[in-house]
Amino acid sequence: MEKSFVKKILIFLGILFLAIMLVLPLVSVLFHAFENGIKVFIKSISNEEALKALQLTLIAAGAAVIANTVFGIFASFLITKFSFRFKKIFSLLIDVPLAVSPVVAGLMLIFAFGKRGWLGPVLDYLGTKIIFDIPGILIATIFVTFPLVFREIAPLMQTQGTEEEEAAAMMGANWFCIFRKITFPNIKWALFYGSALCASRALGEFGAVSVISGHLREKTNTMTLYVEILFNEFELASAFAVSSILVMISLMILILRTIAEYKAKKWEDK
Amino acid sequence: MKESGFVRQKIFLKFKKSIFAIVLFFCAFFYAGCPQIKFYGKNENSISITNVSYDATREFYNQYNEMFSEYWEEKYGQKIKIIQSHGGSGMQSMSVLEGNEADVVSLAVESDIERLSKAGLANKNWKTNFPNDSSPYTSTIVFLVRKGNPKRIKDWSDIIKNGIEIITPNPKSSGGARWNFLAAWAFAQEKYNGDEEKSIAFLKNLYSNVKVLNSGARSALTTFVGQGQGDVLIAWENEAFFILKERPEEFEMVIPSISIIARPCVAEVTAYSQKHGTRKAAKEYLEYLYSDEAQRIMAKNYFRPSNAEILKEYEYVFNLDIKLVEASKFGNWDEINKKFFADGAIFDNFYN
Amino acid sequence: MFKGTFSADKNKAIPGFGLSFGITFAMVGFVVLVPLASIPLMFDGYSFKDFWETIADKQAVYAYVVSFSCAAFASGVNLFFGIVLAWILVRYNFPFKRLLDGMIELPFALPTSVAGISLTALYSDKGLIGGLFNMAGIKISYTPAGIVVSMIFVGIPFVVRSIQPVLEKLDRHYEEAAQIMGADSTHIFFKVIFPEIFPAAISGFGMAFARSLGEYGSVVFISGNIPYKTQTLSLVVMNKLEQFNYPGAASIALVMLAAASFVLCLSHILQIKRK
Repeated sequence: MEKSFVKKILIFLGILFLAIMLVLPLVSVLFHAFENGIKVFIKSISNEEALKALQLTLIAAGAAVIANTVFGIFASFLITKFSFRFKKIFSLLIDVPLAVSPVVAGLMLIFAFGKRGWLGPVLDYLGTKIIFDIPGILIATIFVTFPLVFREIAPLMQTQGTEEEEAAAMMGANWFCIFRKITFPNIKWALFYGSALCASRALGEFGAVSVISGHLREKTNTMTLYVEILFNEFELASAFAVSSILVMISLMILILRTIAEYKAKKWEDK
Repeated sequence: MKESGFVRQKIFLKFKKSIFAIVLFFCAFFYAGCPQIKFYGKNENSISITNVSYDATREFYNQYNEMFSEYWEEKYGQKIKIIQSHGGSGMQSMSVLEGNEADVVSLAVESDIERLSKAGLANKNWKTNFPNDSSPYTSTIVFLVRKGNPKRIKDWSDIIKNGIEIITPNPKSSGGARWNFLAAWAFAQEKYNGDEEKSIAFLKNLYSNVKVLNSGARSALTTFVGQGQGDVLIAWENEAFFILKERPEEFEMVIPSISIIARPCVAEVTAYSQKHGTRKAAKEYLEYLYSDEAQRIMAKNYFRPSNAEILKEYEYVFNLDIKLVEASKFGNWDEINKKFFADGAIFDNFYN
Repeated sequence: MFKGTFSADKNKAIPGFGLSFGITFAMVGFVVLVPLASIPLMFDGYSFKDFWETIADKQAVYAYVVSFSCAAFASGVNLFFGIVLAWILVRYNFPFKRLLDGMIELPFALPTSVAGISLTALYSDKGLIGGLFNMAGIKISYTPAGIVVSMIFVGIPFVVRSIQPVLEKLDRHYEEAAQIMGADSTHIFFKVIFPEIFPAAISGFGMAFARSLGEYGSVVFISGNIPYKTQTLSLVVMNKLEQFNYPGAASIALVMLAAASFVLCLSHILQIKRK
């Protein structure tokens, strides 16, 4: 009896919080996006500038997810299963991108790869450009989402301990086998969470990218930068329409993930 | 000796995989970074130039670029593509300085281009390269109030009264907002016959009435128009016109007795245009801004054309009686920035 | 030296050290160390005295107070509701659960300026929620409360998503055992469950704090940005950047970095201590 009362209160609190803090702002974005009718909506998202921006955003988010998932797996394996000197410094360094405000992160990249940055002469010599070009956008996106996957899976690997891996290694299993059979099943869902978190964050990143993109139209403009331009042109309806696309993409990824997860869990329970 | 060799070998074995992984990573990275599209410069029958500009000119340059590429193709039989970039004027200037390879820049404040010329990217005498101090159009600062002007705002002296809520962007974070400040300064200087102390007190009163100090001109506009905050918005004339066109029943424009003449300017970034081999196109692109057709497009986008005759054609749009003061009256931009907007300068002291 | 550094006995047991170390080192080096190495460059021609004057400037000090207190408060709110949300999403069933579960990350995907505009509209005295509060005489948009609201918005996903996986993995046997032994549910929560999720919750709190401290895009809309009242640190940094004052911006940014790292570090230490 008491338990169901507590349950109701908690559910009420949780939903109320989500409704006020999350659902209402998102609904208002969708509402403004369709305010002037579906035609305006389609027109504002189907022009070439918007499509190019969408393409770039998807590339950047994809790169961030792949890079950070691979990194997250290896880094958390390293940090939680082995002991070595400088381990604490390592795990601190991984967190740094989280502690740097995005605008400053962009500035740091400029001072590293820019024309006057300390790697500038090297890049000049190689004849390649990073900042104000697509590689810069990829790096900035990877930077701001860097620790997300690691942060999700490391605690689980930590709780799991190393006994099972050690036993398997004793029996002569190689790294990949150990990882696949023992470590991975344990962190599978957390990895899912982490990647989705990373994808969403990459889709919506603005600060760092805005500093190093150069805003070149149809070339280095991501969706969020395009939204900013639309907003600055006072085309609010289009700005909301374009952002609602980002929200929808993200929502799709997240709902697919949630469904896959529930299905798989049911299947596991059987 | 032998032992140390053994240790070394052991270390190498231990790190063999590490080294392999590091090499692999950098290969992957450079593979991703290398195939860069050749975007700049020219080939046989098409050419492309990049115009790095500030916010609020997107609509204008959309129309202008279309017109210019037609003109160019007709004249030389060559296609031209103009890549636009828009953002806050200061940050845009910084990006060009740090390697955003623009052929031409069109920015809100002179000092943003001056900086490029000091760094050797633009000509020393860029200001005299094009007519009218290299500013193809001008604009000014006006008030936007709610319909019926309920607070009876007529001039600068009205908005410092108690109970008036002002919306204006922060001149420290927005280069464009420095014109707003200077417009008020021009009024105060005139009113108090150049008395520095009294003028500072006037502006301090004004900024103590500011309810929201947005970071940029457009967000101030959103605060005033979209969120319904405040009684008066100190705005650029072209933006005020734009709002009046969109929502004529809700707002009114008030022209103060004195305002500033804002001169956004253009320049060729010779260092980059030389590199791209696009000097001729860059030069003609900027020159064509002064043609009659281009000047008319400016007027249609509510910028005041620099050509006096074209401006006259649009006198039914622009109020030509307003007394406009040049910013140069208060010194060059370095001096102005240092005096008013630097850390610890006059503006910071308003809030002390 | 190398011996002590890299060859603890334990490491021999599990294969894959070299590979993991190589990839981790390469990526940390390229993504984190290379940009970090440019910090000294930003301080070109800046003496320690200049640095100190910049960070101890009165306007900056007020901005610390605004930013730190708002970020701490917002992360605290997120910590509480993050635990509640993670709990109900893992343990209970209710309508639209999956949809809500899928929505948690959305604040990340929304461009910050748009988030800022819609939050400001909702919470201003003429908005849907702000209007209700306004009747009670509380203003949210353009006050520190508004800053807190937008910081809560950007920080929600961190706490929920940190706790959720741990809670899912949590063995229910302990709880059941405790229940059989007659412990009441409050007791079970604080003695059995809370210690388990505590490290994850703290880690989430740390991330949310760091993120809200650095947030610019949405905060700048909902805050009145009045110096000494509602001006945040990230705005101070932007103001300095706009004046091309790189060292000044970097100084303030360094303080923010130190504060955020401190909180993240603290969360690490708490985690390790618990072990």
